[in-house]
Amino acid sequence: MVGVSSKKAAIKVGVLALQGAFARHQKVFHELSVDAIEVRTPANLEKVDALVMPGGESTTMSQLLESSQLFEPISRRLKEGLPVFGTCAGMILLSRTILDGRADQLSFDAINIDVQRNAYGRQIDSFEADIKIDSLDQPFHAVFIRAPRIVSLGSGVTPLAYCGDDVVLARQENVLVASFHPELADDVRLHELFLKGV
Amino acid sequence: MAKSEVTKTGSMVVKRGLAEMLKGGVIMDVVNADQAKIAEDAGACAVMALERVPADIRRDGGVARMSDPEMIEKIQAVVSIPVMAKARIGHFVEAQVLESLNVDFIDESEVLTPADESHHIDKFAFKPPFVCGATNLGEALRRISEGAALIRSKGEAGTGNIVEAVRHLRSIIGDIRKITKADSAELFEWAKRLQAPLPLVQEIAETGWLQVPLFCAGGIATPSDAALAMQLGAEAVFVGSGIFKSDDPSPRARAIVEATTHFRDAAIIAKVSRNLGAPMTGIGMDNIQERFAERGW
Repeated sequence: MVGVSSKKAAIKVGVLALQGAFARHQKVFHELSVDAIEVRTPANLEKVDALVMPGGESTTMSQLLESSQLFEPISRRLKEGLPVFGTCAGMILLSRTILDGRADQLSFDAINIDVQRNAYGRQIDSFEADIKIDSLDQPFHAVFIRAPRIVSLGSGVTPLAYCGDDVVLARQENVLVASFHPELADDVRLHELFLKGV
Repeated sequence: MAKSEVTKTGSMVVKRGLAEMLKGGVIMDVVNADQAKIAEDAGACAVMALERVPADIRRDGGVARMSDPEMIEKIQAVVSIPVMAKARIGHFVEAQVLESLNVDFIDESEVLTPADESHHIDKFAFKPPFVCGATNLGEALRRISEGAALIRSKGEAGTGNIVEAVRHLRSIIGDIRKITKADSAELFEWAKRLQAPLPLVQEIAETGWLQVPLFCAGGIATPSDAALAMQLGAEAVFVGSGIFKSDDPSPRARAIVEATTHFRDAAIIAKVSRNLGAPMTGIGMDNIQERFAERGW
């Protein structure tokens, strides 16, 4: 036990804080007694052992990644194996291909998935659903906001949860992605799952 | 594979959820598809479709109403970010029309001419989330009790003058701080004084914050204005006339987006503030005929 808690206390998680629901992610880590700092600059990034890319507007974040000179250093850290958890817009940023994105929209190509933005419709179609996650006993209450859809999974990607026929949680090595918002659920289990891989 | 079948749309959770996603961003007023595209290109996290920006509404006078549905649809067609639109205070039919157009957020706005002088819209009756303006905490809590998923300061729209938004943010956030320190007996007095439901006041005492996000609107014209609002405690900003009434909208829009993200970093704010051309001229509070902020009850 001592070993586990001291290891956790030593971990510093970064939450990409260019735009979006970063504060909600920080709150979850706080509940887990894990240090979580905002990442807005390359200097912030250097301090972290893991990174969360939150929900928000992926087009906005894409531009701010460039203007804040974060795209290159994050790309490099991802290739070196930095554990990362992308939710909704964060998943879009980590994907291989973005369908219906802006022409100049950047993605890190860190996980072998193709995603379609706003694939379930506009806000009026945003929804909540209980989903079964492979490693969790009880269902997880998932909140989907103008959510993207994973339209294809390439090699090396493990699907971890479905909603209807769609994969909504997936992992490839150091990269975990969800098309929904675990940070809005008052449920720490997915953040714990992420930390296990850190 | 296990499948989930029970899904729920239009709940407070998904309404407030979208508000959460807009945090740290800039929502820009646009009056046509070209401006919407410029806004998205500059990094706006959403656009607000309206017929005239507040500065023009102020100049032209007359009754300001919901926008032409055709204009809203054209904007929806050219951008992939959320599209908001305004309905008049109390005009629930305009809100129904906006709902049928599938707008992502409805602003029950004092910038338009009020349609009802005592009732706001019952916002629980709609699937899209609502944002409402407030000048103080009591007003904010009354709007939340009617179903608003997001509160913004009213400021004084169309003036390019940040002074009223600062007043409103300081009032709302200052009272939240005081309530956090109040004892349980004092909360009854606070509810009475604010003319707000007691359970909402008690919840603030417990959590230290509003039930929904708090954004700033009204009078933002420069990157520093946006950062000021953020440092005071706003969680995102609306920019109305400030962008498209300036000399060169595109770089200014971009600069305001960057300043909102890096709101505590004066060096970045200084960098992005260079050579933006003239901001909108703006007007002093003594020289305005009508205060939009006084609309709403």
